[in-house]
Amino acid sequence: MTDIIRTENLSYAYPPDEGKEPVPALTGVDLTIEPGSFVVVLGHNGSGKSTLAKHMNAVLLPTGGRVLVDGIDTAEEESLFEIRRRVGMVFQNPDNQIVANVVEEDVAFGPENIGVPTEEIRRRVDESLKAVGMEDFLLHAPHMLSGGQKQRIAIAGVIAMAPQCIVLDESTAMLDPSGRQEVLRTVSWLNREQGITIVLITHHMNEAAYAHRVIVMDHGRVAMDGPPKEVLTRSKDLRRLGLTPPPTVELLSALSEAGWNVPLDAIEPEECAQAISKYLGA
Amino acid sequence: MLKDITLGQYFPGTTPAHRLDPRTKLILVVLYIIALFAAESFVSYGLMALTLCLCVAVSKVPPKSLIKGLKPVLFILIFTALLNVFYTPGRILWQWWIFRVTIEGIFTAFFMALRISLLIMGTFLMTYTTSPIMLTDGMESLMNPLKKLHVPVHELAMMMSIALRFIPTLIEETDKIMSAQKARGADFETGSLLQRAKAMVPLLVPLFISAFRRADELAVAMECRCYHGGEGRTKLKVLRYRGIDYTAFSLGALILAGVIVLARFGL
Ligand SMILES: Nc1ncnc2c1ncn2[C@@H]1O[C@H](COP(=O)(O)OP(=O)(O)OP(=O)(O)O)[C@@H](O)[C@H]1O
Ligand SMILES: [Mg+2]
Repeated sequence: MTDIIRTENLSYAYPPDEGKEPVPALTGVDLTIEPGSFVVVLGHNGSGKSTLAKHMNAVLLPTGGRVLVDGIDTAEEESLFEIRRRVGMVFQNPDNQIVANVVEEDVAFGPENIGVPTEEIRRRVDESLKAVGMEDFLLHAPHMLSGGQKQRIAIAGVIAMAPQCIVLDESTAMLDPSGRQEVLRTVSWLNREQGITIVLITHHMNEAAYAHRVIVMDHGRVAMDGPPKEVLTRSKDLRRLGLTPPPTVELLSALSEAGWNVPLDAIEPEECAQAISKYLGA
Repeated sequence: MLKDITLGQYFPGTTPAHRLDPRTKLILVVLYIIALFAAESFVSYGLMALTLCLCVAVSKVPPKSLIKGLKPVLFILIFTALLNVFYTPGRILWQWWIFRVTIEGIFTAFFMALRISLLIMGTFLMTYTTSPIMLTDGMESLMNPLKKLHVPVHELAMMMSIALRFIPTLIEETDKIMSAQKARGADFETGSLLQRAKAMVPLLVPLFISAFRRADELAVAMECRCYHGGEGRTKLKVLRYRGIDYTAFSLGALILAGVIVLARFGL
């Protein structure tokens, strides 16, 4: 199977202000993202996460190296819509990505753009809204919905394009905890049940627990890459990269330093609680 | 406070007036306006008023909301009526200094006011029974022939629907900024016109900046969803004329013909 996204020595620098040297936003990024995986991307502000995301559907084109989406080079201009159909993007501010003033019209926007026949659009709109659990809001005005609901509508708009991969760039950042849960539950369901590859960019450490793989960016480079249990337990490295390790990791390492025999990689809260109660019980 | 403003308010419903194709309604409104300008007598104005009343009854739109629509133009209405009353030459009924009331003046003023009111209420009835999105769709479809003259019809329609989409968002934002400024002691309601205008500056600057940022993000989001203009675009909802539209066209044409015939006979 071809990798859904593959970057080869990817570098990028934004066009600099006049008379200034370009500052690289990405340097030598080599990544392969397998179909069906759930990848979380972490990194401090300005580490290049959004820049990386924008290379995944040809919003930005590399200034060095190349990016392949499902085997297609993103620099091929004639394949632009093929690429964007395969990799959908959900952004941070739900208000600034909803185009229409009726939910169903907004979900239909993508399929309309790529010339899907009318009956097929209808079917896709209904199915996508069902997939995000918003089928009862078909005729609602988006501005009357909650933040979490708006983001689910944005996700439905992406699913209606039948993508292989969805990239979410801090799509949970402006939501309250319950809205964040809604969105996370939706994307992990899509990943599990429909096999859609998810790339989730976030500031929230605990969201990384959902992932198969965690990538940490730093100054435009990949600094760490591995399964969550491996990456999130390296507290020292995380702190050096400007991130706060999850509280469960902090707790477990403190306990272990105090001589408790607990596993260090029980990163999910329930898991952690069980490990501690097991130690206490034993 | 700003949320009270109702914009292009639409009364959802399933009456025949709602089910008509938006293009039909646009065309009928134009026909209605032509008929209004052809009307010259009590009989023909009566016919026009009756037509509107029937349409309102069919649409189940509360008549009160239509009359409320006249409020903003009340001043202009009264002003033109008065000008007509005082300055139409004809048989003098009453005179004082430069003011002269004539019988002809009273009639002209009355018809003029009636014409403007009917025109406004007719147009409002259309916006009350048609969702904004259907209205822009209808306009786009009717203006399609203009594409040959390189008029960017699709782009105009898209701009209009995006504007409609963002009006509530921007109102909400203005409200928020206003409350924030008020909490810091800004005063938008008292003082001279100039003072109030000055108070608006710290409101408008952040609003504009945010609008530009929104536009920027929206453009990227639309690009990501493969938007590339109207070319090769399909539609979730295709406009189609049905039996009810043909009935409405026939009725509209008959009424227009009636008014023109009446005018021929000096009625
Ligand atoms: N439009 C732009 N023009 C110029 N430089 C930019 C632009 N966008 C980002 N940068 C720079 O590129 C670098 C990477 O930014 P990027 O937005 O990818 O970071 P990020 O990890 O997404 O940060 P955040 O967590 O704040 O979203 C930063 O140094 C930033 O200043
Ligand atoms: Mg970012």
